[in-house]
Amino acid sequence: MAHEATHEHKSASKRIWTVFGILSVVTIAEVILGIFRPEWLTETTLLYMSLLNWIFILLTIYKAYYITWAFMHMEHETKGLRRSVVWTVIFLIAYLVFILLTEGDYIYEVYKNGHIAWDF
Amino acid sequence: MDATVARTGTEGKTWGGGSRSPLKASYGKMMMWYFITSDALTFSAFLAAYGFSRFKFLDEWPIADEVFNHFPFLHGVDAPMYYVALMTFILIFSSVTMVLAVDAGHQLKKGKVTTYLFLTIIGGLIFVGSQAWEWKNFISGEYGAVETANGHILHFVDGEGERVGLEKIATPIEGARTEHAGNNGLWFVDEPSTMPSYSLEEVKKGFKANEDILVRTHVLNEDNSKTRKILSREESLEIINNNAVGVVEGANLTHNEYGPPLFADFFFFITGFHGFHVFTGVLINIIIFINVVLGTYEKRKSYEMVEKVGLYWHFVDLVWVFVFTFFYLV
Repeated sequence: MAHEATHEHKSASKRIWTVFGILSVVTIAEVILGIFRPEWLTETTLLYMSLLNWIFILLTIYKAYYITWAFMHMEHETKGLRRSVVWTVIFLIAYLVFILLTEGDYIYEVYKNGHIAWDF
Repeated sequence: MDATVARTGTEGKTWGGGSRSPLKASYGKMMMWYFITSDALTFSAFLAAYGFSRFKFLDEWPIADEVFNHFPFLHGVDAPMYYVALMTFILIFSSVTMVLAVDAGHQLKKGKVTTYLFLTIIGGLIFVGSQAWEWKNFISGEYGAVETANGHILHFVDGEGERVGLEKIATPIEGARTEHAGNNGLWFVDEPSTMPSYSLEEVKKGFKANEDILVRTHVLNEDNSKTRKILSREESLEIINNNAVGVVEGANLTHNEYGPPLFADFFFFITGFHGFHVFTGVLINIIIFINVVLGTYEKRKSYEMVEKVGLYWHFVDLVWVFVFTFFYLV
């Protein structure tokens, strides 16, 4: 493994700076969108969430992909290690987020439309 | 021996057992990956719980741009996001120097590893310091607010809808509250810092006198613009006189001038837990840095230890990317 790694990493610095460029551009784009919040993006809703929030989340996952694959060298690990880490995390997080957000939204509806007044 | 073991036909192949390691990673590196997996699940549980509470109080959840709008040396300037964007860059850049250190380690260049690891430590320290500054602003608050009986927050605005601070409204009442003085009791006890600068009576009195001040509630306007409802002068007077129970300045675990106390709780807990990770990351980096300088890995002819702590450091950066999105952007 060690000699293999030395082999592969001979000119890794170019890749590192490219990834840094990508991460910077994405972050700047996020900040600009976060400051201006274009109306047509905040007012268009897709699957219970504004388009702007979907853009933020997708850009975040895009950044997470580059950090894990390039900076943490996931691209050089074996398929087995990669899948045991990435698939586990993605499955459990998606499951948890789905359940908690559904429940949170349900309680919101109860507070809003329930017959008991709670805003006193 | 062989007689007791069933033959599987995979002997000598990848999954045939024995001394072959199918994942082709050293024990330390593999276990660092699985630690990161479990830590990622911890963080995502916190963030999912944050999402739960946010969905529950969807309308009154504070808008991040209004909460985090400070920048060093720019007092009174509304600078949403700039500071946290800067913090994000500092952390991403320290990730870059870390991966450069790992890269230099693969080529067994001790000098370069030393330099890059040192820069990484500096970046981490700057980040933790920035987080402390962010906490300080959040704890001390900006405008102050009034809390109602069931924990809703009322803000004060002028005719144009611009926020007005309590100090511009409250009229001091003589003797309304006595400050603790050293000669009336315990000389070593200071005035509690959690006490607001004005009493509710002072705010009520000042509010009555300032004709053009209105109350902004936690209720969202119905036009989908994410702006909050501003009451008329009569409604404002009524809600201040009948519903207000206390004055809130800044945020702590039970009161939060920006919105639901849960927002402050999650902010302190999640960014605090992340800051704790950065802090331990810096400590581990320092230990490894000392080893690099002493030449431990030079003698080993392997800088894999730098790679392992590098994994942890990148993970801290990875978590911040998500915290940044869910606390400040979404």
